[in-house]
Amino acid sequence: MSNTGSRNDYLVAACCGLLFGAGLALSRMIDPARVLGFLDVLGGAWDPTLLFVFIGALLIAVPGFAQAREREQPYFAPVFVAPAGNAIDRDLLMGAVLFGIGWGLAGICPGPAVVNLASLEPQALLFAASMLGGMFLFKLRHG
Amino acid sequence: MVDDYLVWPALAGGMLIGLSAVLLYLCNGRIAGISGILAGALHGDEAERGWRIRFLLGLVGGGALVSVLGFPYALEFRSTPLVTILAGLLVGYGTRLGNGCTSGHGVCGMGRGSRRSLVAVLVFIGTGMFTATLVSLVWGLP
Repeated sequence: MSNTGSRNDYLVAACCGLLFGAGLALSRMIDPARVLGFLDVLGGAWDPTLLFVFIGALLIAVPGFAQAREREQPYFAPVFVAPAGNAIDRDLLMGAVLFGIGWGLAGICPGPAVVNLASLEPQALLFAASMLGGMFLFKLRHG
Repeated sequence: MVDDYLVWPALAGGMLIGLSAVLLYLCNGRIAGISGILAGALHGDEAERGWRIRFLLGLVGGGALVSVLGFPYALEFRSTPLVTILAGLLVGYGTRLGNGCTSGHGVCGMGRGSRRSLVAVLVFIGTGMFTATLVSLVWGLP
């Protein structure tokens, strides 16, 4: 990323974070009970909210990323940095399984975990601290 | 049953999330995957830390802004503290091992048409549904 000038990329990053956090809060996906209402399919009153959030996000993301493919480079950076691999390997599957179990237990994924820090709720802080602990454990094991 | 009034906030919120992901990629060439941004801000490449920290601060601010503007902002935690800790460890470790979470694989990966991300999303939604449903059947809803 460019290291000169007014760092437009920093401004973009802060604004994108703001949009993302506002989107998660507006759609109520920061509420663990609501996410569990989607994941618990036999809970009686299945809650499809999460599905609508995905639909809304992909309505913008699919044409947006297609637009990016037409470009040589991003506006404020020299290159697009995107995962190149397409391998469906053991790590991907095991990682998704472990994440899915944790998500199903508490109803919190990393985005809402960060947004919910502002609430200062003990459970929110506990989850975020444990999640960072899990990331450190991974770093210790895999470097 | 479907809460009709939530369909529109959900679609609108989803569109903000999609817009965020597209803008970050079009402008900065970076993927808006929260687990990756978080891990990278903690122990990633020094040159990449600045934008990641700003993104995360914006993320917290965006949620707070919605609350300040008067939109509903209730959080109901269902898990006991011990289960919350276990869940956090699994989410942190799993998203690093699988190289992404709901945002990176779900929004950006699927948005880019990545087959790898589609598989990850199907697996973590499937496992999440299995776990949440099992927990609810065994312990019952509060």
